[in-house]
Amino acid sequence: MGLQALFFYLFAFVAIASAFMVIWARNPVHSVLFLILTFFNAAGLFLLTGAEFLAMILLVVYVGAVAVLFLFVVMMLDIDFTKLRSTALEYAPVGALIGLILAAELIVVIGGSVISPEIGKSIANPIPDLATRTNTAALGDQLYTTYVYFFQIAGLVLLVAMIGAIVLTLRHRTNIKRQDIATQVARTPETAVEVVKVKPGQGL
Amino acid sequence: MTGLLSSYVPIAIFIGISLVIGLALLIAPFAVAYKAPDSEKLSAYECGFNAFDDARMKFDIRFYLVSILFIIFDLEVAFLFPWAVSFSAIGWFGFWSMMVFLGVLTIGFIYEWKKGALEWE
Amino acid sequence: MDTFVSTYVWPAVIMVAQSLLLLVCLLLLIAYFLLADRKIWAAVQLRRGPNVVGPWGLFQSFADLLKFVFKEPVIPAGANKGVFLLAPLVAVTLALATWAVVPLNAGWVMANINVGILYVFAISSLEVYGIIMGGWASNSKYPFLGALRSAAQMVSYEVSIGFVIVTVLLCVGSLNLTDIVMAQHDGLGTRLGLPASFLDWHWLSLFPMFIIFFISALAETNRPPFDLPEAESELVAGFMVEYGSTPYMMFMLGEYSAIVLMCALTTILFLGGWLPPVDVWFLNWVPGIVWFLIKASLVFFMFAMVKAFVPRYRYDQLMRLGWKVFLPISLAMVIITAFVLKFMGWA
Repeated sequence: MGLQALFFYLFAFVAIASAFMVIWARNPVHSVLFLILTFFNAAGLFLLTGAEFLAMILLVVYVGAVAVLFLFVVMMLDIDFTKLRSTALEYAPVGALIGLILAAELIVVIGGSVISPEIGKSIANPIPDLATRTNTAALGDQLYTTYVYFFQIAGLVLLVAMIGAIVLTLRHRTNIKRQDIATQVARTPETAVEVVKVKPGQGL
Repeated sequence: MTGLLSSYVPIAIFIGISLVIGLALLIAPFAVAYKAPDSEKLSAYECGFNAFDDARMKFDIRFYLVSILFIIFDLEVAFLFPWAVSFSAIGWFGFWSMMVFLGVLTIGFIYEWKKGALEWE
Repeated sequence: MDTFVSTYVWPAVIMVAQSLLLLVCLLLLIAYFLLADRKIWAAVQLRRGPNVVGPWGLFQSFADLLKFVFKEPVIPAGANKGVFLLAPLVAVTLALATWAVVPLNAGWVMANINVGILYVFAISSLEVYGIIMGGWASNSKYPFLGALRSAAQMVSYEVSIGFVIVTVLLCVGSLNLTDIVMAQHDGLGTRLGLPASFLDWHWLSLFPMFIIFFISALAETNRPPFDLPEAESELVAGFMVEYGSTPYMMFMLGEYSAIVLMCALTTILFLGGWLPPVDVWFLNWVPGIVWFLIKASLVFFMFAMVKAFVPRYRYDQLMRLGWKVFLPISLAMVIITAFVLKFMGWA
C-alpha cells in the first residue's frame, strides 16, 4: 500500500502542478510541454487504478498524436501571442462555465458513492479479475458486441473529423508539377517517341 | 500492492536509470571539455550572414493535415488493439461489427484519396 | 524494520542492478552495431572502414565517445536553452526506456507487462518529440525544416506499423511480448503436419506484413533510404545541425537504440524471438539469447545493406509510399487475416 500511495501522490501532485504551469507559462511551447507532462502523469494515475490499456492508449493517442499536432501549431504557426494574451480574458467566462460543469459532475459522482456506497456493485459489466482476463481483452469483449452502437458512432465521428479536416485545410496549389505514377508507368515507346523521316536538307 | 503494479515498478526504475545515464552524458562535456568561447560559435548555421529574422516561419498547411489524419488513423488502430486481443471471444458478430467500422473509415479514406489530400506537392 | 528491508530495499537493489546490467549490455551492443554498420557500408563501397583504433577498429566507438565528451559544447545564441538541452535527453531516455519490456529469452525481461507491445508502440511514437524539440529550439532554418519533415514522416509510417502489429495480434491474441514469441512455437508449419520449425514463425504466414514492417521500420527510424530529415545534400544534418559534443552524440545514440529496437521487434513479431529454427535437441540446447541475437543481427545486416545500396527517396515519394501504398495494403491485410482466422476456425 505504501508504495502505491507514494506513487499516487507523486503523479497527482505533478499532474496538478504541470496543469497549472500550462496556464502559467509565458512561452506557448513550454505550455504544450507541460501539457505533455500532465498527460504522462494522468497515464500513471490510470495505471495505478489497474487500467493499463487506457494508460497506454492515453500515451499513444494524446501524447503521441494530439500533442504533436498542438506542438506543430504553437511552434510553427505564426500567431501573435502577445495579442492573443491580451484577449485571453474574454474567454474566461466560458472556461469558468466548463470548469463549473466538470466540478458539478465530479460532485455528483463522488456524492453518489458517499450517499450509497453500494452503488459500485450494481455495474452492468463489472471488471473481471485481472488474473483471469486482461484489461484489454475485457474491454474488447464488451466494446464490439454489447456496445456496438456506441462503437459505430465513434466510427462516424472519426469519419466526420476526417472529412472536416480535409474541407477546412486542403488547398490545391496550381502552377506546380505533380508526379503521376500511372501515366509514367503507362508510357510506351509508341506514346513517347515520334519517329519522323526527315528529308536531307529540309529540316523539320 | 497488486501483481499488476509490481510488474510496472521495474519500468519506473529502468527509465530513472536511463535518465541518469542521459544526464551524465549531457553534463560531462560541460564539466571536462576544453573551452575556447567565441561569439562566432554562437551564431546560427547560415550562409555567412546572420539571419534577418526568426527562423520559425509559416509553412505549408499540409503538415497539419498529415498530423490530423494521423490522429484519426491512430485512433482507428487504438480501436483495433482490443478487438484483436479478444478476437476469439467475440465471434462473427464482433468481426462484422469491426468490418462496418472499418468500412465507414474506408469511405473517408477514399474521399481523401480522391480529393488529393494524400498528394504531396 | 527487517520486513521493510526485505520487501522494499532488496527488490529495489536487485532491480537497479538488473537495469544497469541490461543498459550496459545494450550500450555495448549499440556500440558494436554502430561499428558493424560502418564496416558493412565500407565493404560495399570497397573501403576498409574504421580500422585504426584497436584490432580491426574494434574500439572505434569508444574512441568516438571520448572524443564527443571532450568536445566543447556550444549552445547557439538564438536558441531556447532549456528546450535545446532537453531535446537530446528526451531522445535518448525514450529510446532506452523501450528496452524495459523487451524479452531477450524466455523469462529474461525487466518488466513482463500485459500490454508490452502497446508500451513499445507508445514510447516509439513519442520519439518524434526529441526531433521536433531539437529542431525548434535551435532557431535556425535547416534544423527547423529537418524537424518538420521528420515529424511528418514518422507519423505517416507509424500508422502502417500499427496495422502490422494488429495483424500479428490477431494471430496471437495477447499484447504480451513473451506470449507473442511463444505463440510462434506452432503455426503454419505445424498445421500442415510438420514438426515445429521456422516455418511456424509469422514471417511466412504474414509475409507481406513482414516486408511492410521492415520498410516502415526503416522510415520510422529515419534510416536511409528514408533519411530525408538529415539529407546532407539538402539540409546538412537536419534537426541536428546546431548540435555538437555529447548532445549530438545523444541524438545518434537514441537513433541507433531505436534501430536496434526495431531489429529486436522484427525478431519478436516475425522471426520467432529466441525459438531455435528447428525443434531438435542440439538446437534447443543452444541458449535462446544466442538465437535472439543472431536473428536481430541478421535484421540489422539488412538495415545496413539497405543503407549501402538503395538511393534516397524524394519526399513526395516517401509520403506517397506511406499513405497510398502501405496504409491500404496493411488495412486490407488486417481484414484478410481476420477473415481467414475466423473462417478456418483458428481464432
